[in-house]
Amino acid sequence: MEASARATAQRRPTRPAWAIYGEKALEWVIRVAGVSAIIFVLAIFFFVFREAAPILVSKDFSLTEFLFSTEWYPTSAVNVRYGTLALTVGTFSVTILAMVIAVPFGLGGAIFVSEFCGPKTREALKIIIELLAAIPSVVWGFIGLTVMSKIIMKLTGAPVGVNMLNGAIILALMSVPIIVSIGEDALKAVPDSYREAGLALGATQWQLVYRVLIPAAKNGLLAAVLLGVGRAVGETMAVLMATGHAVHIPTSILDSVRTLTANIAAELGEAPAGSPHYRVLFLTGVLLFSITFVVNLAADLVVRGIRKKG
Amino acid sequence: MKYINLKAGVVSALLGVAVAAFWGTGCKPSGSGGSGSGGGRATIIQNRGSDTMVNLAQAWAEAYSKAHPEVKVEVGGGGSGVGLAALIRGTVDIANSSRDIKPSEVEQMKKNTGKEPKEFTVGYDALAIFVHRNNPLDNITTEQLAQIYMEGGKITKWSQLGVTLPGGGDDIVRVSRQSSSGTYEFFREHVLKNKDFKLGSRDMNGSKEVVELVGNTPTAIGYSGMGYATDKVKMLKVDGVPPTVETTMNRTYPIARALHLYTLGEPTGAVKDYIEWILSEPGQTLVQKTGYVPIPKDKWHKKP
Repeated sequence: MEASARATAQRRPTRPAWAIYGEKALEWVIRVAGVSAIIFVLAIFFFVFREAAPILVSKDFSLTEFLFSTEWYPTSAVNVRYGTLALTVGTFSVTILAMVIAVPFGLGGAIFVSEFCGPKTREALKIIIELLAAIPSVVWGFIGLTVMSKIIMKLTGAPVGVNMLNGAIILALMSVPIIVSIGEDALKAVPDSYREAGLALGATQWQLVYRVLIPAAKNGLLAAVLLGVGRAVGETMAVLMATGHAVHIPTSILDSVRTLTANIAAELGEAPAGSPHYRVLFLTGVLLFSITFVVNLAADLVVRGIRKKG
Repeated sequence: MKYINLKAGVVSALLGVAVAAFWGTGCKPSGSGGSGSGGGRATIIQNRGSDTMVNLAQAWAEAYSKAHPEVKVEVGGGGSGVGLAALIRGTVDIANSSRDIKPSEVEQMKKNTGKEPKEFTVGYDALAIFVHRNNPLDNITTEQLAQIYMEGGKITKWSQLGVTLPGGGDDIVRVSRQSSSGTYEFFREHVLKNKDFKLGSRDMNGSKEVVELVGNTPTAIGYSGMGYATDKVKMLKVDGVPPTVETTMNRTYPIARALHLYTLGEPTGAVKDYIEWILSEPGQTLVQKTGYVPIPKDKWHKKP
């Protein structure tokens, strides 16, 4: 390697040694940058798991109870119980409801922005949608707590305005910008020859969208939706403020729920470092991490499946 | 393809943040060393803890800084447990607590810092039971409260208390606090006799949120410091005794409690002066002004 480098240097005397070594160094910097994502993910998992691990071998702790009990009493004076089922169900129910609201709006918005509007409207809309994504989650939470809760109480007659529906609407508003911008990119990536071919065959604009563009861009659209799901599952501050924070399995969309993320945020500050409560909260973090990992993996497999068939 | 690009974008953003954070910390020492407020060196007292006391602590801090511009008091909430945990870690000078320190916390403190906590009682608070102002209920017993809030408790409907709400709706919406709150632990200890709460209550993050939710919800009941009362809610008598200054001071109100400050060992210097000021007339007047009950006059410090 070195010999050949020297040979190259000799053949082209205009390239000084520092340029060659500089290039090598730069190559390494880029390599590290490329691998860093893997390092970050592994390091995060390692540190979170390291804090949680001791509880797994403790004899007062049962993993079955942790996963399948709804009784969350981390600071009980008489009988401490760590059951996260209600929190897991809360997380999933809020996320699913949020996606039910966000996916039609998000994909519809993406289709409108990329196919149905003029260039001026498109630019304006894109900027505004990106601004929507830039609103901090605590501000969304604030809106949920003060504005949305009153509207929900008035419209639905629910006794409490901070509930699953409130949280889901807030999360949907937060995920829509992501779904729109990624979805729009996916539609844009469909070659124009497809559009031209479709129109040449006499398809209307709408037929073109749902017969040609959506099937052609479905990988990208699915990725857009799943990034939206990721945003919704991991969101903490807004759900902490908007969902009502009640530990139980909801029976209607007007019930209050508590999510895994909000629970960690609300309780980690008080739990003394190293105590079982603290470790269980980290284990909740591991659980959350596993959930998002499974979602991502499933998405990857689905996308791959679509690719093979297509 | 597109979202691989996005991932790369996220990673580079993260790197950017990390670099920025690194620079930020690198700059800090020179920044804070050079700039005191007004050129002089301001002493900073860190104070954290009880949400019940956060307004009071803020009022003290402001008034004290006005009288002693060389001292800055930084106040934070989070709950009594959070304040005491911070004191155990040694990151604050004073922890506010609306409950007594637990033996386990004293032990941890000794293990961590080698010091014993020093307790200062700075006022009293009646733990008020709030309902919506249109609720016809006037009085509630501690037994009824336990039945409403306790795990396995029998009362879930207003009709079981003999009340018909004007707007309809019979299910009681229980409003409670998150478990780091001293108010939560005080309620559990004195009303539920240390039994557990019924799951499914709305666990709010602050005293004010409890009162706000109750004020917006005709079917709700909640508990909070009496200083947080608004005109949208009504305070109930408990066992026939209304929560007032007199009933709190003579301890006839069944769920009255002391408000404490805790320090690591005997306080010295600025912290000592600050606490003495709180225990003297200007500090105690503020206790009354923020809606709580001052300590008896004969226990006040003479020197302001």
